[in-house]
Amino acid sequence: MAHQWGMVIDLDRCTGCEACVVACRAENNISTVGEDQAARGRAKHWIRVERYYEGEFPDARVKFMPVLCQQCDAAPCEPACPTFASYHTSEGLNGQIYNRCIGTRYCANACPYDVRFFNFYNPVWDKPLNLQLNPDVSVREAGVMEKCTFCVQRIKASEIQAEAEKREVKDGEIQPACVQSCPTRAMTFGDLSDPRSEVSRLARSNRATKLLGELGTLPKVTYLQRDTWNGGEDS
Amino acid sequence: MAAKTPEQINEDLLRPLSAPSVRYLIAFACLAAIIIAAAFAFGWQVYHGLGVAGLRRPVFWGFYITYFVFWIGLSHAGTLISAILRLANATWRRPVTRCAEVITVFALSIGAAFPVIHLGRPWLAFWLIPFPSERGLWPNIRSPLLWDFFAINTYLISSVTFLLLPMLPDLALVRDHAAGTKKKIYAALALGWRGTPDQWRRLEVAMHIMAVVVIPVAVSVHSIVSWDFAMAIVPGWHSTIFAPYFVAGAIFSGIAALIIAMAILRKCLHLEEYLQRAHFENLGKLLLVMSLLWSYFVFAERLTAWYGNNPSAMAVFWITQTGSYSPLFWTMVVCNFAIPFPLLAIKKLRTIAGTVIASCTVVVGMWLERFLIIVPSLSHKYLPYNWGTYRPTWVEMTITAGTFAGMGFLYMAFSKIVPIISIWELKEEQHLVPEHIPLLGETAEEGAD
Repeated sequence: MAHQWGMVIDLDRCTGCEACVVACRAENNISTVGEDQAARGRAKHWIRVERYYEGEFPDARVKFMPVLCQQCDAAPCEPACPTFASYHTSEGLNGQIYNRCIGTRYCANACPYDVRFFNFYNPVWDKPLNLQLNPDVSVREAGVMEKCTFCVQRIKASEIQAEAEKREVKDGEIQPACVQSCPTRAMTFGDLSDPRSEVSRLARSNRATKLLGELGTLPKVTYLQRDTWNGGEDS
Repeated sequence: MAAKTPEQINEDLLRPLSAPSVRYLIAFACLAAIIIAAAFAFGWQVYHGLGVAGLRRPVFWGFYITYFVFWIGLSHAGTLISAILRLANATWRRPVTRCAEVITVFALSIGAAFPVIHLGRPWLAFWLIPFPSERGLWPNIRSPLLWDFFAINTYLISSVTFLLLPMLPDLALVRDHAAGTKKKIYAALALGWRGTPDQWRRLEVAMHIMAVVVIPVAVSVHSIVSWDFAMAIVPGWHSTIFAPYFVAGAIFSGIAALIIAMAILRKCLHLEEYLQRAHFENLGKLLLVMSLLWSYFVFAERLTAWYGNNPSAMAVFWITQTGSYSPLFWTMVVCNFAIPFPLLAIKKLRTIAGTVIASCTVVVGMWLERFLIIVPSLSHKYLPYNWGTYRPTWVEMTITAGTFAGMGFLYMAFSKIVPIISIWELKEEQHLVPEHIPLLGETAEEGAD
């Protein structure tokens, strides 16, 4: 059976340090747009840490929630695209084929998670960032959408390696950049089609919840949290 | 109209085709300059990237898609209304049909340009055409944008046909009154029309078929435009009411555009005796019906959203009712209901001036309606962390001006080339049709009245 890649993010462990954000930029050749353009809403963050505040000052608490492409099984972005730039891979990823994209941006409107990003200009990298481009990841020109790929280049590299060594991909062998860089190990990546994998085990936790699960998008990212939101017992 | 002889009609309606006046040329040049400025703005956007427009995350659609819906809405003026009036044998339609059908063709062409203008990579727009290519890939038939592509092209082809068919006898008339090169050009355009009974019969049959065909096409176009929005699970968009709501809104704004165009033509081409108060009054009544229908749809849509009390839908609801978009929302209500309703409902106020004022506010109001459907929903999607706002830049503004100038330019040019009022239909009592079409009973009656 084909792998079904998924992720679990433990919100009780997340400190909001944004190491995942930085790692993702470095891994995936995400260009910076500069202060001015970022203020105009053109910044690209394949993963971002959303901050939500609970309670009134001074009893306020901040909650961090890393949000990335949820790689939905019933992804609203996929039927939106007229040119199959956004499509479903056999391993359950929401592929984004940059060369097919004509830039209707309909996928970004359809996405309830706001995790799709548009290249409003051609990418530039301020020195010395231009020296650290990842050769495994294509850069995207102006006019195309981009988004989190679950670091598909790392997935493919591990699969090719495993195939060469005539073995299965081991659980935990693949780590997207965000997962790898998380200092509190809040993020876990793995194969959801394997019930014994760490990610499957965590996804069955009674703390498990899906972001906007009520929309029926069948996201493959699971969030873990104690029920402390909205002033629960624990807060 | 009875007082006019065929010769007088010919003279009055062929007069606009004479050499242009200085005022005409100045207006023409001004419009051309604005169009060139808009073309420059678009070129600027293609060269630098879409970042020069005001679009941003999460409002990925703004003015361009607003204008797409706006112009396609206006395009429902012509062909649809003309077709319905033809089928209903409303004889008062005769001076109105052609100037209405022209609006359709031009407004649709302008509207159809916007999905291309707004693309990130507009030079690849042809990838929506299903053709066997080296890419080995067909377009995605599940995408409402692809439905758009087919619906708009179908509508464009049928409305161009619907416009051109009844133009043939008039082009032949111009041919017969012209000399030299002009005669040759019009002879080619008239496709050999000689006005034989057989030709008249074929024209009538073709127009009947087209009138029946074009109505479902027109309804489908704006339904599909609405599904661009309604098929996405965006709060405020994902609603079953959208298709009929958009069709009603399109006809509403279309009638308003038609009344404005008629008033301008009447003034500029001195057609006071052809476009009379009764025409404006009749169209004003249609506008009143559509105003009430539109208001009913808005009320039903809002009430359902409010009672549903879904948090994400309510965020959009309140931002438009009382929040930052509320000035626009209430202006829309005033423009689409509060002003047109008394102007059109009270017989004394339903004058030419009254209907034109009502139409102007309706066009503004319907523009606001499209903007308010697109932008507040996109700026307030599910995750509040990502809420944003949208403000257009000079690029969008210039292209905006360019589209209005383009409409004026095309309309002015057209009225110089083709009689803007269908001459043969005005003289319909006199031509040979009724006696020669035994197959279509309704048409025989029409000729008799």
